[in-house]
This record gives sequence, C-alpha cells and structure tokens, in this order.
Amino acid sequence: MLKDRDRIFTNLYGQHDWRLAGARARGDWDGTREILAKGREAIVEDVKNSGLRGRGGAGFSTGLKWSFMPKGDGPRPHYLVINADEGEPGTCKDREILRFDPHKLVEGALLAGFAIGAHAAYVYIRGEFVVEARHLQTAVDEAYAAGLLGPDACGSGWAFDLYVHRGAGAYICGEESALLESLEGKKGQPRLKPPFPAGVGLYGCPTTVNNVESISVVPTILRRGPSWFAGLGRPKNSGTKLFCISGHVNKPCTVEEEMSIPLKELIERHAGGVRGGWDNLLAVIPGGSSTPVLTRETCDTMLMDFDSLRAAGSGLGTAAVIVMDKSTDIIRAIARLSRFYMHESCGQCTPCREGTGWLARMMDRMVTGDADLEEIDLLEQVTRQVEGHTICALGDAAAWPIQGLIRAFRPEMERRIRERGGDATRAA
Amino acid sequence: MPKLTIDGQEIEVEAGTTVLQAAEMLGIEIPRFCYHERLAIAGNCRMCLVEIEKMPKPTASCAMPAGEGMVVHTDTPMIRKARRGVMELLLINHPLDCPICDQGGECDLQDQAMAYGMDRGRFHEAKRAVSRKNFGPLVETVMTRCIHCTRCVRFITEVAGMSDLGALGRGEHTEITTYVGRALGSELSGNIIDLCPVGALTNKPAAFTYRSWELRKTETVDAMDGLGASIRVDTRGNEVMRVLPRTNDEINEDWLSDRSRFAYDGLKRRRLDRCYVRRDGRPVEASWSEALAVVAERMKAAGKAVAAIAGDQTDCETMAAVKDLAMALGSAHIDCRQDGARLEAGLRASYLFNSTIAGIEEADALVLVGSNPRLEAPVLNARIRKRWLTGQLTVAAIGPEIDLTYRHQWLGDGPSVLADLAAGTHPFFKVLSQAERPMLILGQGGLARSDGSAVLGRAAHLADAAGLVKDGWNGFNVLHTAAARVGGLDLGFVPGMGGRDVAGILDGARSGAIKVVVLLGADEIDMDGLGDAFVVYLGSHGDKGAARADVILPGAAYTEKNATYVNTEGRVQRTVRAVFPPGEAKEDWRVVRALSEALGKTLPYDTLDDVQTRLAAINPVFGTLDGVMPAAWGRCGDDGPLDGAPFVSPIVDFYRTDPISRASETMAACSAGAATQTIQGKTGTHG
Amino acid sequence: MNAPAPDEPFAFTPESLARAEAEIAKYPPGRQQSAVMALLDIAQRQQGWVSQSAIEAVAAKLEMAPMRVQEVASFYTMYNLRPVGRHHVQVCTNISCLLRGSDEIVAALRERLGVDFGETTEDGDFTLSEVECLGACVNAPMMQVGDDYYEDLTPETARAVLDALAKGETPAPGPQGGRQFSAPEGGPTTLTGAADEGES
Repeated sequence: MLKDRDRIFTNLYGQHDWRLAGARARGDWDGTREILAKGREAIVEDVKNSGLRGRGGAGFSTGLKWSFMPKGDGPRPHYLVINADEGEPGTCKDREILRFDPHKLVEGALLAGFAIGAHAAYVYIRGEFVVEARHLQTAVDEAYAAGLLGPDACGSGWAFDLYVHRGAGAYICGEESALLESLEGKKGQPRLKPPFPAGVGLYGCPTTVNNVESISVVPTILRRGPSWFAGLGRPKNSGTKLFCISGHVNKPCTVEEEMSIPLKELIERHAGGVRGGWDNLLAVIPGGSSTPVLTRETCDTMLMDFDSLRAAGSGLGTAAVIVMDKSTDIIRAIARLSRFYMHESCGQCTPCREGTGWLARMMDRMVTGDADLEEIDLLEQVTRQVEGHTICALGDAAAWPIQGLIRAFRPEMERRIRERGGDATRAA
Repeated sequence: MPKLTIDGQEIEVEAGTTVLQAAEMLGIEIPRFCYHERLAIAGNCRMCLVEIEKMPKPTASCAMPAGEGMVVHTDTPMIRKARRGVMELLLINHPLDCPICDQGGECDLQDQAMAYGMDRGRFHEAKRAVSRKNFGPLVETVMTRCIHCTRCVRFITEVAGMSDLGALGRGEHTEITTYVGRALGSELSGNIIDLCPVGALTNKPAAFTYRSWELRKTETVDAMDGLGASIRVDTRGNEVMRVLPRTNDEINEDWLSDRSRFAYDGLKRRRLDRCYVRRDGRPVEASWSEALAVVAERMKAAGKAVAAIAGDQTDCETMAAVKDLAMALGSAHIDCRQDGARLEAGLRASYLFNSTIAGIEEADALVLVGSNPRLEAPVLNARIRKRWLTGQLTVAAIGPEIDLTYRHQWLGDGPSVLADLAAGTHPFFKVLSQAERPMLILGQGGLARSDGSAVLGRAAHLADAAGLVKDGWNGFNVLHTAAARVGGLDLGFVPGMGGRDVAGILDGARSGAIKVVVLLGADEIDMDGLGDAFVVYLGSHGDKGAARADVILPGAAYTEKNATYVNTEGRVQRTVRAVFPPGEAKEDWRVVRALSEALGKTLPYDTLDDVQTRLAAINPVFGTLDGVMPAAWGRCGDDGPLDGAPFVSPIVDFYRTDPISRASETMAACSAGAATQTIQGKTGTHG
Repeated sequence: MNAPAPDEPFAFTPESLARAEAEIAKYPPGRQQSAVMALLDIAQRQQGWVSQSAIEAVAAKLEMAPMRVQEVASFYTMYNLRPVGRHHVQVCTNISCLLRGSDEIVAALRERLGVDFGETTEDGDFTLSEVECLGACVNAPMMQVGDDYYEDLTPETARAVLDALAKGETPAPGPQGGRQFSAPEGGPTTLTGAADEGES
C-alpha cells in the first residue's frame, strides 16, 4: 500500500483547511519560484521523466504532450486549458481536488502554463460543480492576492492569469476539442483532427488541454523529483492515482493509491470489500463507463494500470471502479450506460448520432429479453459500425461497454430472450 | 507540394489539398453528403471514409490534408464495409417516402444507397419524426428526412452571411431550424435546396408538380438581373417547372438569387399571347397583320416623330432591329436607359464591371457608390463577402446605411463624400490609393439621377486619382441591374444626333413632338408622361406598358427565345429557348422585322443568324461569346455640379423589379413576408 | 422538440450586468462570445429560466446572432428553456446511483412530490428531473437541488431533504449519512496520520 508520505492529495477528504493557509501548511506553493527558475525545458523534461500519463482517460504522456507546443515566442499566444469537466459515469476524483485541494491545481497550472509558454489558462469546470467552482475561484483569488498569480507570478517574472470557466451540462465537453469549442462560446461539438490543439487550439492558438489530476500532481512531482514518481507503480505506469470505487462495495470511496495496485486489494483494503464477499462479485467496470466490463475471474488478478487493463481488453480510463455483485442486472446496468451515450451524443456525426440511439433502444429490449437471438449479433455489428468511424471517441465509448457485455455475458442475454419466448414481438 | 498515392496512382498536389480533392483530380469518386467544395469542411457525414496506410482507423477524406508519402485506398473491403455501415445508420431514421419525395430521382442519399445500401432493413425501433419548420415561401421542409449534414446552415452562415439558420438541440434530437421559426432572410436562400443532399429542403412553389426525370433540361442564361448567371431551365411540355443555377466560376459559381430562381411562375401569368388594338378606348383582339397594319399606318403618319424605349430585359437582336428600323425611318429617338441613368455609350469601360466578377476575389479595397449589391446582384454580393471573409478586403460604402452581410465603413449617404474622395481629401482615399487591387462599384443609384453625369465624372476622376486603373487591372465598375443595359449601350441604343433620351421622349410625347412611342418591354417609365402619343407595346407581360398601349404586340420572355444579352461585365451570352412563347407571341426581333416589312422598310435580315451577324457588324464585341474583353479606359461623365440628395438604391422591393417578377405569386409572397419581418425586426417582437 | 415556451420579458439587472461584465473580462478582447455560457447562467439565475428575451439580451450584450445563442442554450442541459419550480430536484439515475438504489430514490421523490420527470408540482415549489451522472459516484445515490448535492441518500433522507425545503429550510448538503465526504464509511483508510512504517 502507498505510504501516506507518498500521497499527494493530503486533503482528499476535506479534513483540513482547503484555503491558501492550509494548502501552504501541506506544502503547496513551497519553492514554486525556484522550480520556475529551472526553466521551461527542465520542467518538461522532469515531467516526461516522471512517467506521468494523462489522468483524463487516454493515458498519453503529459510531458510529451507539452513538448508538442511550439518552442519560443510565436506571434500567437499559447494557452493552457484544464479539463475539469468531470462527467464519465463512475468518476468523481477531480471533484475532490477542486473542492479540497484547489491550490494544487492552481500551482500546477502556473507550472504547466510556464512549461508550455502560456500566460493564460482556463479551467473548464462542469456546470453542476457549483460549490467546487466556488472553492476553485476562491483559491484563484487568494493566489492573485498573494502574488502567486498575476503579472509576476511567484516573483518569477512570468505573467500568468488563471480563469475559471463553468460548463453547463454536456458530457461531450470533456472531449478536448469540444471543450475548446465550448470555451469559445459555441456548442460543444468536437473538432476535426488534424489540426491538433497544440497547433490550432483555443482561439486558433497553440493550446494544451490537460486533466485536473494531471496538472495537480505536477507541483509535487517537481518538488520531489521525477524519479520519486517514476518509482511508484510498474514501469510506464508510474505514480500515484486517485481511484473512485463505487457500486456494490461495502464502503464506496475515493482513495489515492499507487498505480498498478491489484484491483482486489484496492477494493478490499479501502472500500470494505465487495458486498457479500469477493465470491459475490459479478463484474467490475474498471475505469469509468466507457471501459469494457471485467468478469470476476479477470478481476482476481487484475492490476490497476494502463497497460494491464488494456491487455485485458479494457482500460484504466479515469480509474473509476464500478463494482457489481451477483444481484446486479448487468444488462440493465450496461443499458443505462447506452442511454447515457445517446443522451450525450453531440449529434454532429452520423454514426454516433444515429448509432447511439439504435444501440440504446436495442439494449432496452435486451433488458427484458424482448428481442430475437440474432439481434445480439446485430447489436454487436452496430457497435462495430459506430466504433472507429466517428469524429471523436464518444462513439467508441458507446460501443465498448456493449461489446464487453456481449463478450462476457452473452449467455445471460440469450437466457432472457429465450425465457421471454425467443422470438418476441418487437417494439414497433 | 505533397506527393501521395491513391489507389495505386501517384499524384502531387498543392499543400492544403485534401485527400478527397486529390482523389477527385485522379477521377476517383468518393461518396459524400456533407462535403461541398464551396463550403467549410464539416466532416460529419462520415461517408467519405478511406483507408490510409499506417493510420489505425478509417479517415474522413474530406477533412484530411494530403500528406507526403501517404498511401490511400478508397475501395477496400474494410472501406466498403465502413461506408455500408454509415449508410445503414443514415437510413435508419430516414423515412421510406421516396415515392412521394420531390428529391426522388436526384437524391444523393438514394443514389448512394444503390451503391452502399442493404437490401433489407435491420432497424426495428420506432423511426424518429421531426416536425416541419417554416423557412418561408421558397423552401419546403420535411425535416424527418434531414441527415444533419449542415450544408444549409453553412451556406446561410458563410456564403449568404446571415445567421438565422442553425441546428438546435443535440444528439439524435438535433434539428435544423430558423430563428424562432421566421422565414429565411437571405436573397440567396433557394440555394440550400440545391445543396440539400436529401429531400429535407425542397422547392416549395414547385412542390409535387413534377418528377425530376420527366423534365427537359435547357442550359441557358438568366435575364432577371445584370449578372447573366448560368442557369438551367427545366421544362415539361411547354411549361417551365423550375430554374436552377449551373456552375460558372466566372459569374455565379454554384449560386442563383431567389428572384432568378423563383420568379418563373411569372412566366405563366399575365402573359400577352395575342395582339390587341385599342378601339374606342378598349383593347380589342387583333391578328398580327391587323395589328402591324395599324402600327405601320401610325408610324408612316408620324414620320420622324417616332421613338423607342428599350426595357430591362430586351435582347440585343430586338434592339438592333429597332435601331435599324428607327434609322430607316429617320428617327434618332431611341434609348435603353429607361431609368434615366446617365451612362454614355461611347466609352465601353465607363459602363462595364471592368474588374470582372471573379476579379473581386483579387481586390483588396472596395468602395461602393450608390449601390446596394445585396439587392441589386445578390450573387455578386456573395462574391464580395467571400473575398471579405479572407480578411484581405476592406470595404466602404457611400449611400444608404445597409446590412451588406459583411462589415464595412459607411462613409456617408450622398455625392459630397464621393467628391471628397475624388479630391483625395477623404481618409478612405488613402486606403484605395495604397491598395494593390482597389475597386469602385458605381450603382444605378448614383447614375439614375439628374447629376448622374457629374457622379460618373467624379467616380472616374477618383479611379484616376487613386490608381484604380493600372496595368492588368481596372478597378472601375458599374453594377447594372438590367440584363439589357450593357447590350443596349454596346449597340448604341441611345439617342443619336438630335435624338431624344427617355426624358426627352416623354417631353415630346406630352408636347406632341413625338407621335408614336414603341415600348420594348419598358414598364418602368412614367406612363402618364406619354401624353397623347400613340403607344406600341412589344413585350411579354400585361404590366404597366401594356395597360397604356394603343397596340399590343406579344413578345417572348428570356426563356422562350435564342437571344443575346451582355452582362454587367460586358460578357456576351446567348439564351437558349426552353419553351415556345405562348399563343401567338413571337420572338421580338421577328415582330420588328415584320413591322419593317409592313412599313415598306424591310430590314435586311431573315434569320437569327443574319441578325446576330448584324450585331457583330454594329459592334465587334458581339463576335466573341462568353468571354470578357478588357475595355480601354478614358474620361467619362462630367464635372458638373453635384446634387445634395442622398443616393438611393433603385431596388425598393427585391422580389418585384420587372414584369416577370411582378406577375409571380411566389415573389408576391416573398415580398409580403419580407415586409412583415422588417416590421417585426424593428419592433423587436417575435413570431 | 416541443413547442417553445411562451416568452417572458427580460432585462439584465444592474447586479447581473456587473457579473456579466466580470465574466466577459475573462476573455481576450473580441472573444466576448466565450462568456455566452456564463451570461446564460446569470440570466437563468435572475429569471429562473432562460426565456427567448433572455437569449436576445445575451445576444445583444455579446454582439452575437440570437440564433447562435439559442444553439448554445439548447445544447447544454443546465439551461431551462421553460420555467421550473422554485426548487429544481435533479436526481441521478446513472450506473453508480442505479447500483446503489436510485430506483427507490426516484420512487420516493415521485411519491413525495406527486409529479413525474419533467413536471412541476402544482404549487410551483418543485420540478423533478432525471439527470445523467453528476460526478459524485462514491456518494451514490444522490441528487442535486439548486446548486447543492445531497448524497448517500436513502428514500427517507431524500424525503427529509424535500420536506425541509418545502418548509423553507436549507437542509445541509453533502452525504446524508454523516460520513466524511468521499472517505469510506467509518473513517478513512488513508491519511490517518498513522505512521507509514507500520502499515506496509
């Protein structure tokens, strides 16, 4: 288990003062100026060497992403945009940072912004997080008042402004290019890529979009050194990670653990174990709603990191562990996710706009068995028609849970259809 | 200049070219719905997927820039499967109403479904139904058919420069609609019918009146404004069923204005289809020989006191014949400027749109003088906007303060600002004189006024002073609203030595000095001013001129004859007959030819070829079709005093400018709708 | 889509206007459109919902076409394009809440309010809405009322929250079972201050 002294988010449960004084007491804003004095490239190198991979779901190297930004001062300003549009079902980790450790994010924003040559950053926070946005804004105001942000941030000579931008209810804005569209005051519809944000991002300027957690761990990484962070977890899966354990566990919680922790250990040590015991486990969605479900057998030995979960045909995603015991109507659970993707499809491109609705309606019928047996194959085929054919990854995210369901629970789907009569009348 | 390989063929393309465009250059067709070469790339339909080696997923070729060394496959099993998948998803919520859909037979979705569709449906859920939307009198909507390609929204936003069309909601509930259900406000709205790849947006006035495969298609030229857009007139039997634009990059690209597209029902209403002779104050039907005999008799009696005024849609053949006949009669009282525009026939460059329409895309500074191109030539206005959108064109306007669909400096409303500009004392003079390709567009609103010659003179002076005319560039432009005008000037259909202009003819008619006035479809003059003159109306419609006429001679509309028109650029073009004139109506020049015979002054041409040869003899510009010859620049206009009156656009009601559009019920509905919306807009109330 | 709600006149109050200006100031000159979401929110907080007049007021303030504002207002779920009750009860039914009994919470709310999703009680006090994941999954099941999250709900505590609101009280937001935010029930397993050495 991760030692408390290696935990970054030391106010995860809001036991302490989340404001500037409390944050400083916990080590935030300590030596920030000296870190900045090391220069842009040194910071990027350190973050690269730490092995930090993006905490928003895709798991791309944060340092490498930063290095895609144009070097030096071009004619266009650079922007840092922080994705706090947390909305992946099962996921509630950034919320804790925003409300209880906002100064980690503010300090991280300054360091990251400096590293990519940005003088301004926007935090795009989901609209429903009203309290969280208030805390964050308070932290920003405190930082300005203390000279930590502003024309001479931390006395570094680097001008840096940080703004809080509230969303208004659209999961798709968690997709980075949709987020940029939304930030520009438009509908949150993903952009075509290329061009990528590092070339053409916010207001057409070079932009890096990072997740809240990715940015918030940066100050600690830079203070304690990249090798400290890289030494945690398995190679290429380094560091600590916030896990949200929800569903059928005895004690749902959010916890910071070492990357690559065994799933079973994570659940049993922190979440009080599966309701009714480990043997009562049916399945786990390991990384938020878009990651395919794992069956009980896979869960026994699964390590919670990017590469192990990918190898198992799923993904770490946002590390939102959704636990389902044997009482679960697994088809209904996945059907609920299909409804979610239908609801959140932006409507821009054909496969997602049309496919998510079709999938959701077929899934609704699968719940009651109101389907033909062959429709399981049809369902699978439609997920393939959506997957990989859309502008952004929402289409994939809608497809994978269903594919995972069919892969792992096809007999259950068939049983329901047979019990209902095998060739039920279809919803017309 | 990246070099890439598509389906085994290598091609080098300019940087920025997309894979889809590169494939097109090789003759490889890639299916698409949302992509349109004149609109921003949306990449949303996902039909144009291709396989690019080393890329993990199929790629939308419309949005992917060609890259060096790319190896592209457009027709692999994986791609066919992907497209079939997209096609099925496009069809699940698309109604199966092709048999009653006006798009049937010319529907991209239908066509592509033949290639990529399945032979049966696998979708067993309830289909989505979407309510119809009000787009106004021109565009019918069946939004259940919409495939959300957003071509219409992009056209209205980007090309037409309006922001009253959008996509509301999200996901499968996304709906294209106008702002609070108001009619579209653009004069170019009909183009979204052409752009719509399915039957969601169709031709409202023509709804359910034809099937596309029944129509005979005639490629011809528009005469509803001075642009001479390339059009296709679709007919069934002897009836015009619709008018569509043809692609012509030099003039109208793919676009057509709503009047040019939709006024065609006016071709079937209020038509003059036989001769009439006024007897005892009432028009009485007459045969051609009777009518011509009456006219000949009156003309002979009038001697030289005969005058002719050409209308805005009179073809060149007719004007040449009338001019020749007038000369034979010894009259020099002819004029083609029924609005009184002070244009001179001598110097061709003084009345042409010299920069050419396509040349707008090279301009970097523009001043509009007495012109509202949005109403006078909407398609040309879209070209200005297109250039303005690149950020390389600065626009200023002298005239009424109006929404041109692009940002511009309004310099003032009257000639004094023009005088300051010409004198070099106005700040915008510097913008013009420092520009590489500066333009001036002088509208009829600056010319059709008593000080029109002085306005022309100042504009020409400005052209000289600011360097608008230079090697390889002539930035002096006159924007015409009448299809007949440039041809008339080219033919010298203006008063000859001792001849009277329109005002003079009217004076003469009042005083008795002019005994017979021939109106060639001229309906925009003050009919009361014709006094006791004997009026002969040769034209197609029972409009103001016919109401005043003593003899009516039925002529042919522009869709009913092979005739020559010269557009505002000086481009000589020929219409092609799509239908025959109604009843006993005839091509106008043949009527003039017959009249000449009745007068005993038989004109020396019997065939269309003969007249057209005569045109070229009068002015060699008629020898070259479809091209634009640069015209030599020189002095024009005069230095006379300028009036203080503000410039006003000659077009008060865009939808009703001429006998055809005034006869059109569709245009009447548009006109009424536009008036209502203006009132709504002003009071801020919403429908 | 349903027919639009009848309009209700709207003008920014001086206070709203001041807040709008502060939001606009966050963005570079000429990029005031970025403030459209904030201004719609300000308008909604002032008027209770976003009327057509409010959309036009926002458009005018930001020099945007009303259609572009309308598109934004219709895209995001938090803008109420028709009036809602004094308390907008938004209950999450997504997976983590579903697994922890959101069906029972929904049933309790329906019964307590006598309305279904999308409806408002006759007294105008409550509108009930079903929403997607609100990002408080380890504190499921939960609902949002106004700006506040009520978490770890049971049918009883859910009813109690509504009862309190109906009485004009402000029930304390957060976990209704009394635990420390997202820490495991019964106390954190980490950050306990215990010596690390003893733990591993």
